[in-house]
Amino acid sequence: MAIDTSLATISDQLFGAAAAGYTVALICAAVEFSSARTRKANVEERELVSAGVFTSDGTSSGRPIVPTAQSIGHVTAPEKAPWGERFGHIALIVTVLGFLVHVGSIVTRGMAAGRMPLGNMYEFTSLICATVVGAWLFVKLRQKSLPIGVFVMVPVIILMYIAGAILHTEAAELQPALNSYWKWIHVTTVSLSSGILMFSGIASVLYLARNRYERKGATGKFGAKLPELATLDRIAYRTAILGFPLFTFAVITGALWAEVAWGRYWGWDPKEICAFVTWVLYAGYLHARATAGWRGPKAAWVSVVGLVSIVFNLFFINIVIAGLHSYAGLN
Amino acid sequence: MSRRDDTHLRSDTLEPGTTEPSFKKAGPVGSLIAFLRNIWRQLTSMRIALMLLFLLALASLPGALLPQWNLNQAKTAQYILDHPGLGPVLNRLGFFEVFASPWYAAIYLLLFISLIGCLVPRSWEFVGQIRSKPVATPRNLARLPHHDQLELVDERSPKQIADDVQRGLRGWRSTQREEDSGTITVSAEKGYWREVGNLVFHVSLLGILGAVAVGKMVGFEGSAIVIAGQDSAGICSGSPAAYDNFRPGLLVDGTNMAGFCLKVDQFEANYTQAGIATDFIAHLSYTAEPGSATKTYDLQVNEPLRLDGERVYLIGHGFSPIFKVTFPNGEVRTYEQPFNVTDGNLTAEGAIKVVSPPGYTGEDIYQHQLAIVGIFAPTASMAHGDLMTSSFPAPDNPGVAIQIYRGDLGLQNGSQSVFGIDQKQVDSGKLEKLNRKNLMVGESMVVDGDGTVVQFVGFNQTVSIQTSYDPAQGYALFFAITMLIGLMMSLTIKRRRVWFRVIPGSSSSTAAGSNTAGNTTAGNQSRTVVQVGGLARTDQAGYGEEFTSLVALATVSPAVPKFSGRPR
Ligand code: HEM
Repeated sequence: MAIDTSLATISDQLFGAAAAGYTVALICAAVEFSSARTRKANVEERELVSAGVFTSDGTSSGRPIVPTAQSIGHVTAPEKAPWGERFGHIALIVTVLGFLVHVGSIVTRGMAAGRMPLGNMYEFTSLICATVVGAWLFVKLRQKSLPIGVFVMVPVIILMYIAGAILHTEAAELQPALNSYWKWIHVTTVSLSSGILMFSGIASVLYLARNRYERKGATGKFGAKLPELATLDRIAYRTAILGFPLFTFAVITGALWAEVAWGRYWGWDPKEICAFVTWVLYAGYLHARATAGWRGPKAAWVSVVGLVSIVFNLFFINIVIAGLHSYAGLN
Repeated sequence: MSRRDDTHLRSDTLEPGTTEPSFKKAGPVGSLIAFLRNIWRQLTSMRIALMLLFLLALASLPGALLPQWNLNQAKTAQYILDHPGLGPVLNRLGFFEVFASPWYAAIYLLLFISLIGCLVPRSWEFVGQIRSKPVATPRNLARLPHHDQLELVDERSPKQIADDVQRGLRGWRSTQREEDSGTITVSAEKGYWREVGNLVFHVSLLGILGAVAVGKMVGFEGSAIVIAGQDSAGICSGSPAAYDNFRPGLLVDGTNMAGFCLKVDQFEANYTQAGIATDFIAHLSYTAEPGSATKTYDLQVNEPLRLDGERVYLIGHGFSPIFKVTFPNGEVRTYEQPFNVTDGNLTAEGAIKVVSPPGYTGEDIYQHQLAIVGIFAPTASMAHGDLMTSSFPAPDNPGVAIQIYRGDLGLQNGSQSVFGIDQKQVDSGKLEKLNRKNLMVGESMVVDGDGTVVQFVGFNQTVSIQTSYDPAQGYALFFAITMLIGLMMSLTIKRRRVWFRVIPGSSSSTAAGSNTAGNTTAGNQSRTVVQVGGLARTDQAGYGEEFTSLVALATVSPAVPKFSGRPR
């Protein structure tokens, strides 16, 4: 099967366009963040929560007037600078557009090469970036008032740059002899779960920054503009409990693939070890959240270490210590 | 029970009981028991489990960062040589075989003991919970992490309100209780399946560990190079000796191995123009066990031959060049030896060793052993003049570049690689380096000195196969799947508790600042205070929103129960 070079070129152009879109989104999100309202860590408001009162309109049977009860951590929003908000909207729109273009780039790449677009580090990194952005959009579209897009776009753009400028290779066929459907399932789920967990890790990093601010006021204005701890914790946790089972599944399919390709389902090669370490760290994260004295910042640290191990596994191990998983192929 | 209910995370109660009375019993036996009990409590606490998890992750790292004996012996040996100070120490401490080291085993064994110590009581506790009703409503709901209070003014009686609430709590286990002076409470709990999932998950971890352990005990791996061709011998797997490399499990002694026999009738590799392999196929004929019928199978990458228990894999391929040697006394012999592939175009290195040259006896042999050392290139092309390499993986233009040695090969000094000669023999002058030449198929050369003629007559394809035996791998997969299912159940199902206390008549003293906008004097309407408390028994994430909708249950008209008790 020949490579469709014109389609491959289109894919590369779309990739560039997506990166450009993300850069614009980054700038807008930076404005959005810097003009975001500050959120005090307000203790009294938590105490007030119990006072919500329902009343009946008295005629229809027990129909309530709108509930006024607030749940924990909801803080009444002070006025927000409208132009910051506007930049936030632009950031969101441009991110969505960039994301769609990015997905287009991945799809055309796969069509050009006549296979799943997950055959080398460039293609990998591209999908992971798209997943991080996708996870972010998913969260942002549900919770509009989260001015943290800039912290998502910075790592994404760095990775996009590395992918486009350093890792990029021309679309090419892989050794079809090595194809196995387990491989595709494995590589796809690894990329998706890594992206999701990376996003979760970013939320944990922000959690720690916010926590520092609440403890010492160390990061000053910056920390004050971050979302509340409970929000960041919830984002990190909810994405982690999505990413972790997916990652578990990816590791299992990796083992299934290893069984048909190398004759053993697990052999402790460097990549397998790293996947195991990552897995154990996220198990540790979930445990930490259930252990007295470990909730909060300590658990967030574990999640950040998990993030480091994912990045380490994807980049350092792939490029520096290639084991059987290297793309060198079979001789 | 009640102490547990006041904490908002049940797992807190799994912590060793610092609040429980210490074991009181006089005498050394008593204190020993107390001591052991204390250790046990520590070991089965969440905090220690967490520590052990981190330790496990940390201890695995050297396995990825340092070369490991089981993966690459040559690299590991080289690393130790390169680090004369640290290398041997690390080696003694097991850092080059992390996953077989005693300290690694200690960590995971402790972890799994902790896990068992954790699971057993939790399972009991869980069974107890399922059997009993949802726990009674705590006296002070305002102390719970989620709590609210409403004043209702409508015609429903407390009992009706409680019924409506209970009806609204679909999918929850709930019960009503009566307190003094007409106060009715509703206690409800949901998410029992979460606990089931959690237990399944942890038990599955034990299952996986067991399956891995059994595999390491009774399994084995053997690899061998088999020459393809109708008249080649093939391989019979009855004993470890059949393999070039055999890696037995701890309990494998080499007896009772299944005795399949296979031959590679033909090996086929197809490439694109660019030299990318499209497929590798080894056409096998085999007998699954002695005396059974011969069958055929097309062995391919990713498509192992699965015999009863044992699996045969195609893991590589290469070539074995064939040489015809005409000795000075006129005798002609044919030699064939698989070469070791060194690059993507299948350039291969190797050596043919003529151990007992004809016409010599006794010590004379050690003057006249021959070695034909060199490379085989399936598509020979010359780089830098006469340096031969292969430019394509298919045997389109096979050639060899060989160097001849004569003298003492030094085989009696111990084992040496089949792919090369012992350089020390050359350095010490016992093995003399003679002439070299590039040969295409059919060409020959005359060896310096005694007129021996070496002819490159052709080659056979070779196939590297691996046999794997792991009777427990199906169990490992089974437990991996139950683990995943348990994990998903445990992460998606939320354990929640909610309590409603419906207090008739007068308004509650804590309702200060409440807004009773309704018409309180209207006929049959009465004021009812409803206190609500909620406990997220596993994680707080998201209970806030759900709780708000639970609170609203008390206000919903009985005709349309709006809430199924599920979060959005
Ligand atoms: C073999 C190592 C272990 C691993 C990989 C592991 C992994 C996990 C994971 C991923 C979770 C989160 C999923 C869930 O909530 O069900 C979890 C939860 C839990 N684990 Fe483990 N675990 C291990 C050992 C232990 C041990 C030794 C204990 C007891 C001391 C324990 C007690 C618990 C408890 C109580 C929870 C529930 C936490 C909650 O309620 O949210 N685990 N474990």
